[in-house]
Amino acid sequence: MIRLVVNGQARQADVEPEMPLLWVLRDELDVKGPKYGCGIAQCGSCTVLLDGAPVRSCSVPVSAVAGKKITTIEGLAQNGVMHPVQKAWIDHEVPQCGYCQGGQMLAAVSLLQNKPKPTDADIDAVMTNICRCGTYARIRTAIHAAAAAAPAKRV
Amino acid sequence: MNKSSIVSSVATSGAEKFGASRSAMGVSGGIGQSVTREEDARFLTGRGRYVADINLAGQVWAVVVRSPHAHAAIRSIDTSAASAMPGVLGVFTADDLGDDLGTTAVAFKRVRPDGSPIFWRAYPGLARGEVHHVGDPVAFVVAERLDQARDAAEQVLVDYDARGAVGDLEHAVAPGAPAAWLECPDNISHVHEIGDRAATDAAFASAAHVVRSRYRVSRVHAQYMEPRAAIGSFDPIDSRFTLYCDAQQPHRVRDILAREIFRVPTGRVRVVGVDIGGGFGGKGPQMLEFRLLLWASRRLGRPVKWQCERSESLLFDEHARDNIHEAELALDATGRFLALRSHWIANVGAYVSSDRNIQATFQNTPGMVGVYDFPTAHVRFTCVLTNTPSLAPYRGAGRPEASYVIERLIDDAAAQLGMDRVALRRRNILSPAQLPKVTALGYSYDCGEFERCMDMALEMGDWGGFARRREAARARGLLRGIGLSNPIERAASPGMEYAEIRFDARGRATALMGSKNHGQGHETAFKQVLATHLGLAASDIDYVDGDTDRVAFGVGTFGSRSAVTAGTALVIAAGKVIEKGRLIAAHLLEAASADVSFEAGMFRIAGTDRQVGLKEVAAAAFQPERLPAGLEPGLFENGMFSPEDNTYPYGSHVCEVEIDPQTGTLQIVRYVVADDVGTVINPLLVKGQIHGGIGQGGGQVLMERVVYDPETAQLMTASFMDYAMPRAADFCDIEVAGIETPTDRNLLGVKGAGEAGAVGAVPALMNAIVDALAPLGVTGFEMPATPERVWRAIQSATRQR
Repeated sequence: MIRLVVNGQARQADVEPEMPLLWVLRDELDVKGPKYGCGIAQCGSCTVLLDGAPVRSCSVPVSAVAGKKITTIEGLAQNGVMHPVQKAWIDHEVPQCGYCQGGQMLAAVSLLQNKPKPTDADIDAVMTNICRCGTYARIRTAIHAAAAAAPAKRV
Repeated sequence: MNKSSIVSSVATSGAEKFGASRSAMGVSGGIGQSVTREEDARFLTGRGRYVADINLAGQVWAVVVRSPHAHAAIRSIDTSAASAMPGVLGVFTADDLGDDLGTTAVAFKRVRPDGSPIFWRAYPGLARGEVHHVGDPVAFVVAERLDQARDAAEQVLVDYDARGAVGDLEHAVAPGAPAAWLECPDNISHVHEIGDRAATDAAFASAAHVVRSRYRVSRVHAQYMEPRAAIGSFDPIDSRFTLYCDAQQPHRVRDILAREIFRVPTGRVRVVGVDIGGGFGGKGPQMLEFRLLLWASRRLGRPVKWQCERSESLLFDEHARDNIHEAELALDATGRFLALRSHWIANVGAYVSSDRNIQATFQNTPGMVGVYDFPTAHVRFTCVLTNTPSLAPYRGAGRPEASYVIERLIDDAAAQLGMDRVALRRRNILSPAQLPKVTALGYSYDCGEFERCMDMALEMGDWGGFARRREAARARGLLRGIGLSNPIERAASPGMEYAEIRFDARGRATALMGSKNHGQGHETAFKQVLATHLGLAASDIDYVDGDTDRVAFGVGTFGSRSAVTAGTALVIAAGKVIEKGRLIAAHLLEAASADVSFEAGMFRIAGTDRQVGLKEVAAAAFQPERLPAGLEPGLFENGMFSPEDNTYPYGSHVCEVEIDPQTGTLQIVRYVVADDVGTVINPLLVKGQIHGGIGQGGGQVLMERVVYDPETAQLMTASFMDYAMPRAADFCDIEVAGIETPTDRNLLGVKGAGEAGAVGAVPALMNAIVDALAPLGVTGFEMPATPERVWRAIQSATRQR
């Protein structure tokens, strides 16, 4: 039995220790926000925050995250209020198909924690998640808007 | 009609001007406004519902056993070990399927060079005695759990007798090449031609100049972020199949499964499409796994789920593009185009399994004469079999290739004849006075201002100032190039679509659409149409698409068609709502219906303050005592629309790149687009579509490529480690502006925007790269422009000098 803290809630899963975190979240804990895209940590659709830092959950064994704080896209809004990054994503109409955007936003949240006023170069260096709908320009705009709107708080 | 008289919006610069004049008018949230999307809150909080997120009670899992050989006979399949594995419910092969499943078919009448019928073979469901590409389905394993199915799949023992194989186009047409199918030794599936061969040959014979080039368009994959997935379920009580899937055309999936595969009445199949993580043309209606899941569910009495992995996706999804063009342009002494002649050599993979697999090779190719005045043209097609998966539409489906050929050929002609690229285009571009026009390849352009659009893009991109920027780049040790393209494409071609507006007894509306959103923002756009036409707020409308049990008819979303076809069907349905509503309102207002007008959601008696709102009228429709005598109660109205002809969105792209000759690395440093997609329903959505199309067209030029070993036909690019995908750092911001010349081929004046970006980006970006490399003497450079390939081209040219 492995104990996890997912979006502030204590959870446990009876799985093998090498099971990737993505599948523990999706199949065992019914947390469907993280998405499968490639299974080899290339695309970032499965991104979650691990103690505030983005990881690609398809390639992280669940045993490596026991006891750590995991934030998925479902946990980004607090008390029904959207995170500034989510608000910026809506204001700038970032999503198209929506599949990768949970991971994109979590990567952006982490970026803004480390660099509250990122440059385009900072964004391009960190935002390595793939979006096939080609929303990159709007992601860039939305990150700047979120940076201007409010300092990202620690999640 | 003089189209310039109905130009409704003119943007001279700046992205925000697109559609601006319309957003100032009309109803709140209506057509032309930059409304943000209805569906985003769901997506951005992790509540999007994609097929993989759905699990049905009692569900079990399937894994497909696929061929590791590109071409082989199957001597035997031993399923005994796999069948005995824990949790395994069934291991199925073609023998188990028997005659239970039909196949899709090719309806296009085509012939081979000797006049014999087209060579085509449909996927049989599971391989019968032989396989024809790596990934060809051989067996289907179902188990209680996914890991059990996967373990069992590895125990399916297939004895193959490998045959010679061909992995790419050049290899397949070389003399003595192995045959992809033994029955078709020359690997030619069929040939085809369009245009006027005799007139074109005559024009070439008398031309002052003839420019010849060969272009290679690479093979790519749509690479939707959500790999395909489906759940098949059979209910023995009412003998009905239900399929949850991520298809762009749910009703077509249903129709194919019912008519061609299971041969049951259409009503016995329900298809449910939920949120779709991208499709771009690639999630077609005939996917083989659908029928296997439903068949297995019927056999086992359990819902069966399958989720494709990324590598499996590359092994078996349909691929796209992959063609060679031998193109020739005939000009007179002054640079006027006399004729275009081209030979389009297309890889069609191993299975030409349905019309879909050869559509992209010819159907959208008349765009090859572009926005130019060609007296005559002729294109012939040779469709070549290889031991690779089928080819199928992907964002543009032949349109990007057509545009690529003409726009590159014009640049090559300008270079060879010492002419200016823009001047050569200007010399030949069609003027509004020449429209409407049936082109030399048969398209009938109705409206557009091609030169004005080009001028807008040239101005936005400061074409005139490029020489200075090139000099500045040279001072930094970089090669800078600029490219232009004037794409035009056929969109929303004739074909039906359906919309329904259903009111309930409390006056609330539900819109039920036959088109299927998969990222375009249909819900938002169609609610805007209803805001304009019925005065309903977005919050007054529930939206339904994708469920064939809820939506009476549908075709689906592809070919830049939904705004035109479904949007117009919705306007027709809205018109019927108003028509019936007027009778009810007149009765409620005690007036003659002829005196009742409808505007912004209110029925009014002209010249008075007496009025009643649509919601109240709709509620009254369910109260017989409030209706005029003889009027049927209820308010359910639908609309069908099938355009009589294509629409023709067009635009102009200007792109600049910088290349570091020391490393071959390339950066897009400037990208502007001036577009005319007709009426813009929502500028935000349109610009998003243009951005996305450029991302995909640009990705193909920069880095993407499906590679097969030519001789073994083994796939070399089966993951995101080997198949390079464009990321944020690969694109600069993209400035999109445009003009609106609404078409009169539909009630909304829309032309379609889904593919435009990709069609323009492939030639514009490649022209910029060729321009950057030209000063070093690089010629014949082909996509993808990876740093290594660019560096090698520079080294090779430098050595030769």
